Amino acid sequence: MLNYILKRLGMGVLTVWFIATATFAAMHLVPGNPLANEKATNAVIRANLERQYGLDQPVLTQYVIYMGNMLKGDFGIAFSEENRSVNDIIRETFPVSATLGLLSLLFATAGGVMWGALTAIYRNRWPDYLIMFLVILGISVPSFVFAGLSQFAILHLNKWTGVSLLPVAGWGSFRAMLVPALVLGLSTMAYLTRLMRSTMLDVANTDYIRTAHAKGLSTTRIFLHHQLRNAILPVITVLGPSIAIITTGGFVVESVFAIPGLGRYFVQSVAQLDYTVIMGTTVFFGAFLVLMVIAVDILYGFIDPRIRVEASR
Amino acid sequence: MLADHKSRSYLPWLLRLFAALCLLATGVQVWAQTQDQAVDFATQSIQLAMSDEPRSLNSIKAVDAFGIYVVEHIMDGLLRRDANHQLVPAVAERWEMHGTTARFWLRHNAVWSDGRPVTAHDFVFAWRTVVDPATASEYASMMYVVKNGEAINSGKMPLAELGVKALDDYTLEVELEKPTGYFLQLMTFIVFFPAREDFYTAQHGRYFADVENMLFNGPFTLTKWVHGAALRLEKNPSYWNRDAIHLNLINIPYITNDSAARFSLFKDGKIAVEDGLVGIVTEQLHGALENRFRIHSHSDGSQFYVEFNLRPQRPTSNLNLRKAMQAVFDSQELVYKVLGIPGYIPGHSLFPVYLQGVKAKFRQEYPVPLPSLDLAQARRYLQKAKQELGVDNIPPLSILADNREINILQTQYLQSLFKRTLDIDLRVDVQSFKQRLDKMHTGSFDLVIGGWGPDFDDPMTFADLFASWNGNNHGLYNSPLYDSYIKTAQDTDDQQIRMDAMGKAQQLLIDEAVILPTYERVISTVQHPQLQGLVFQQTGAQMVLTYARVVE
Repeated sequence: MLNYILKRLGMGVLTVWFIATATFAAMHLVPGNPLANEKATNAVIRANLERQYGLDQPVLTQYVIYMGNMLKGDFGIAFSEENRSVNDIIRETFPVSATLGLLSLLFATAGGVMWGALTAIYRNRWPDYLIMFLVILGISVPSFVFAGLSQFAILHLNKWTGVSLLPVAGWGSFRAMLVPALVLGLSTMAYLTRLMRSTMLDVANTDYIRTAHAKGLSTTRIFLHHQLRNAILPVITVLGPSIAIITTGGFVVESVFAIPGLGRYFVQSVAQLDYTVIMGTTVFFGAFLVLMVIAVDILYGFIDPRIRVEASR
Repeated sequence: MLADHKSRSYLPWLLRLFAALCLLATGVQVWAQTQDQAVDFATQSIQLAMSDEPRSLNSIKAVDAFGIYVVEHIMDGLLRRDANHQLVPAVAERWEMHGTTARFWLRHNAVWSDGRPVTAHDFVFAWRTVVDPATASEYASMMYVVKNGEAINSGKMPLAELGVKALDDYTLEVELEKPTGYFLQLMTFIVFFPAREDFYTAQHGRYFADVENMLFNGPFTLTKWVHGAALRLEKNPSYWNRDAIHLNLINIPYITNDSAARFSLFKDGKIAVEDGLVGIVTEQLHGALENRFRIHSHSDGSQFYVEFNLRPQRPTSNLNLRKAMQAVFDSQELVYKVLGIPGYIPGHSLFPVYLQGVKAKFRQEYPVPLPSLDLAQARRYLQKAKQELGVDNIPPLSILADNREINILQTQYLQSLFKRTLDIDLRVDVQSFKQRLDKMHTGSFDLVIGGWGPDFDDPMTFADLFASWNGNNHGLYNSPLYDSYIKTAQDTDDQQIRMDAMGKAQQLLIDEAVILPTYERVISTVQHPQLQGLVFQQTGAQMVLTYARVVE
């Protein structure tokens, strides 16, 4: 087992290195200069700026220097914000996105498992149709629509009741998190519902469930102990990468609700061609994602003894 | 039977649910009462939103609109502009200018927020730091008017050679490179603000990076800066002119670039202005009119235009081709019928209408002829152009623009206009921001949608754009005559000579069809009725809260 984990981690490091190198190459291939602005600076000022950011060096030297610093855990200084290191940006904004993301995952998993199980129980009856209709809606409607609509709803709710029940936007209190977290988690919830439904139905047709029925176990017991526990495995598979994706910030939801998270840096850094922030956010996200995938693989063995047996063979 | 049993057990459940809802409701009530509002009369405090994080608050290096906006509220230069845009004393009590020498007498009661006086040495240090090549300040070029500024910035001279010295603690003398008609206007710009050497060096390169690295001398102090999230400005109790400042607190708890979100915050009574720097979009303007909000529109000083590429290998280097396009282009149709944004002014010149001339507005003293749309004349120009270029048909021209909606709309309009009137094909080349800049600077375009926001309060901030040496002259317009007008205007402080020269430059740009002016931008904001005294400017901080107050 330890051997397996070490091997996976080694591959993970290699993957992250590959991500970093590919990103570095891609962003330098894109035409444009991170220091260029609407107002052109003269040659003297441009040279001074390039020297300060090390852009006067050949690209290969820049790559070696950057990788060296990254190994020491230093992502460098942002181009678009004076005096702010990319480490600081991640350190300050990731907790915000992570808090919001974990809350939205809580909504998503609780909702997904519950609705999914419900649709499986009521298969081909009206609760199934209704929920599946909402699921299609949740998957196909983009989050900016939900975000805008829910903000509109809050605004009118506040006007109607005369008190500020929920803040329209902002960050800092628990109630400011509720609606954004719900909106952020909607598509994951919809996806999990569908996944849960199909695996629940698969499990329901297996021999051991039939055996359980035959030996006279109560429906509730079969549902909780046999059906649900087996059906939840694929959900955990999906959840690993989902954690990495959702907790690193949703750009749209964060900008609609004025949440100071990491999401906007992913988008703005590309628009600004902010080399260090592009590298920092991409490598951070890549490493996180790789780690979560490995974590899920390892967790599997603990949740499902069958997989451990397979591995030891 | 079973159903009966169930319905009986529902009752206590319903009761419990009801109790829980009641508890929740009271909780929400308590929750809701701790709400902060857009304005508060008793405490003279207001709340605002910003659409972006300031890139820097360091007066020596900041170049972005949001940085400049905050810095002008927390720092004080030699001069300041009052609510009517007139220059008034700030740290300097009085001043004199003779040719290339300026002298400022500093007031004795101007202090830093740690209680020590603001002295002439603080200006000398700040100005030298701006031109220091190691600082790499983007606005260092503003300091080139000071003697040796450019040479020092190029690393050819030591810092001490800069033409600024402290005669004593409270007298500052400036030696200029040459007479500069707009020098005093520059004194309100943040790169000319002071910085104290001992404090600056003690920050080890983190000057104004966070609140604990800041030293203020302006009307407000910054007491909180959570990057990307919130700022908080409080009245500076040690500011020399504190009695003229009414607001005690400017709280900025929201930063979002989503204009719909900011408008929702305004409608919910959470912010007092939406938004002084960016403005509301057209759809929101309609909503604001329906709701009878207080709307204010002002020019932000920016002039937009289509630039032609004049590099010899480009068809657009042909004067007659450009004149043909000029003769069919109607900026009024573009602004009123295509863009349809209330308040926008059709462009007729490189120089926007608000600029000041010698005695009156520049555009009143040097009026431009309104374009006469003449299709027959345009076709004669086109015919001549085809002969000169030796082609039967003008090859398709590329028009470069970035992916903002207003620019795409313009390219579509021009595409159909030139096809319909001159049978010229335009190929639209839409690029993202940095890629458009790259193509603009390398000259990969025939036409490009460009624009300019003024750096200081003088027509020269526009005039020198098309001088042959200017890096913003993307089409490489190279006219010795134009250059001579600009040099004339730059080498004297006689306002009549300067404005005359720029008036001629304005006409030359039209005669040679170097650009097609499209529009002057106007920003519309909605404001809380209790907030009075907001000032909007075309240069520097675009919205000034220094003279604002909350009324009952």
